[in-house]
Formats: sequence, C-alpha cells, structure tokens
Amino acid sequence: MIIGKQKPIEEIKPMMASAQRVLVLGCGTCVAVCMAGGEKEAAMLASALRMSVKLDGRSTEIRDYTVQRQCEFEYNESAAELVEWADLIVSIACGIGVQTMNEQFPARQTVPGLNTTFLGRPMEQGVWAERCLACGNCVLHLTGGICPISRCAKNILNGPCGGSQRGKCEINSEIDCAWQLIYDRLTTLGMQDLLLEIQPPKDWSTSRDGGPRKIVREDLKL
Amino acid sequence: MSIEFEPQITAFTCRYCGSVPADMAGAGHLLYPANIKMVTLPCTGRLDAQYLLAAFEQGADGVCVFACGPDNCHHLTGSQRAARRTVYVKDLLRQIGLQPERLEIFHLGIGQAQDFARIVEEMTARIRELGPNPLR
Repeated sequence: MIIGKQKPIEEIKPMMASAQRVLVLGCGTCVAVCMAGGEKEAAMLASALRMSVKLDGRSTEIRDYTVQRQCEFEYNESAAELVEWADLIVSIACGIGVQTMNEQFPARQTVPGLNTTFLGRPMEQGVWAERCLACGNCVLHLTGGICPISRCAKNILNGPCGGSQRGKCEINSEIDCAWQLIYDRLTTLGMQDLLLEIQPPKDWSTSRDGGPRKIVREDLKL
Repeated sequence: MSIEFEPQITAFTCRYCGSVPADMAGAGHLLYPANIKMVTLPCTGRLDAQYLLAAFEQGADGVCVFACGPDNCHHLTGSQRAARRTVYVKDLLRQIGLQPERLEIFHLGIGQAQDFARIVEEMTARIRELGPNPLR
C-alpha cells in the first residue's frame, strides 16, 4: 500500500498563513493503515494546528473530517459542505488525494500535509518497508518473489553486484542485499537455474521514465 | 494584590502502580499539592496521544502520566507503550510551540507513596515556574 509520513507542523503552518477557515482532510485507506493520515491523525493534526495558531495570536478556525478514500470523486462528495466552508484544505491523504481534491474542487486550494514516501508493507506495528517501485513490468516470478527494482539499491536485474557483502548492501549496510535474498529464496524453491538466464537491460519506459502513465479498460467502461 | 498562579495538572494513571501510590499517599496522610486531577485508565497502555493533546487544548498547564515500571507493567507492555507515546507527544508539543517539559511520565512501583507525593510536589513547582498554559 501507499506509505506516507506527515509533514512537520512548521512546514504546514506557512501554507495556512492567510487562511481563516481550514479543513484538515484525512483519508481512510492507505494513509490510515500506515497511521499517518487517517481519522485519528486528522483529529490530532487539527488539534495541534489549533493550538499552534492560537499561540501565534491568530484566530484561524480549524476543523477536521475524513473521507473513505480521497482519490475518488464519489467519496469526496461527503466532504463537499466542509470544502465550501473552508478557505483552504490541508489534506493528509497521499499525493493522489491532494491532486484529486484540487481537480474536484478547483475553487479551493488543497495543500499537502503529508509526504507520500513509498509503496510498501507493514513489517510490524509502527514499521513499514518499501517493496514496490511500480515499474510497470513485474519480474517477481523470476526472482523468487523478491523485487530487484525496489529492494536493490542499484535496481539491477542480474545481480548481485560486487559490493554485496555478508548479505548486506554496499550502499547501505543496514539493508539486506536483495540479490542475496533472491539467491537464497530460489535455492529454497529449487529454482536456482533461473539465475543462469541473463535478463536484458530493463525497459524503463513502462516506469516513470516513460512519462505519466494511464490504463484504459474499454470492457469496464459504463 | 496579585493572585499566585495555581497550576492545573492532569494526571493519567493506571489502576495499579499508577494510582495505588496515590491512594496510599492519601491513606498515609502524606501532604502533596492538590493541583492534580487524576484520570485513571485500566492500564497506561490505553493512553492515547490524543488524550495528552486534548488535555493541553482544554487548558491543562501540565500533564503527568503515572505508570508501572517499564519491566513491571501489570499488562506486560502497557507502560512501555505509554512511554513511547509520551516521547512522541513531547516532540509534538515542541512543534506546536508549547514547552515539552509540561508533559512527563513517571514510572512507579506499587508501594511508592512517598515518591508519588514528592513527584507531584516537583511537577507542580516545575509548572509554576513555566507559567500558565498560554492557550488559556
């Protein structure tokens, strides 16, 4: 899922400098699961901002609300009245939610209260690790389910590199060498022969390098 | 004639090592300032960062958490969780513009009535020094 981290209050406050009525808008999906932008986090941020602006001597009114999923127009409709009330929306959804709000309610500016960081999964409560770079061409069937694009610092397809030492990455010794993990997993699966197949250089055009991506499914359109 | 500021301190405690010392201080007729209002939780593991923020937003001059020892929590890990959340909220207070020293966690054993009285005395003095909650 998408993992995000709230911006510090000192970064959010300047965005609200000229607003009299601010809506802190949370999202109940990915950012709620990673405890950065859900209903509770929206309530806490609104409380913190109320206290902070009051200490600055300002009388900004700050309310909070959370929609189920901020990247879809139909879910954001439930916030329409509050959006109308507000001068400014501080969204703690991921960047997609922020952009959706700006597209859906162009008369109001929605600013980001959260940094969208990566796609990943929870390792334990409070710890999230990156697992996917959304490169558009998944090769997990060739690597025993371990992603060489997101977990290898060099994104190489025919690893390991010469810097792999004792199972750790030479770029950052706290990171496991992805290709060590791939080798170990393919060995467990009895599929080491896959490593003998040399993969061609990655075609990055399916990733961000090809420009903004779009998928159209004619069969699903109404 | 000036009226000296009397700190209003909210104390979140658990039912065990958090509040029993307070009861024993009372039973032992130990004197301590009447500046604290206690909110008893089943365990300080139930303490939510929202409660701490809400206390300050509602005007508390200071907030204390009285918890079991980190390795002696009745519910095993509750007091450790409370400690981590307190650290988190102290940083939030700093970002907000309030002094992080207004919030503190204290780990007590069940028989530490005298330490409880001393801590309340010290916390009240600390908050008196810091002054009233500027949000009031």
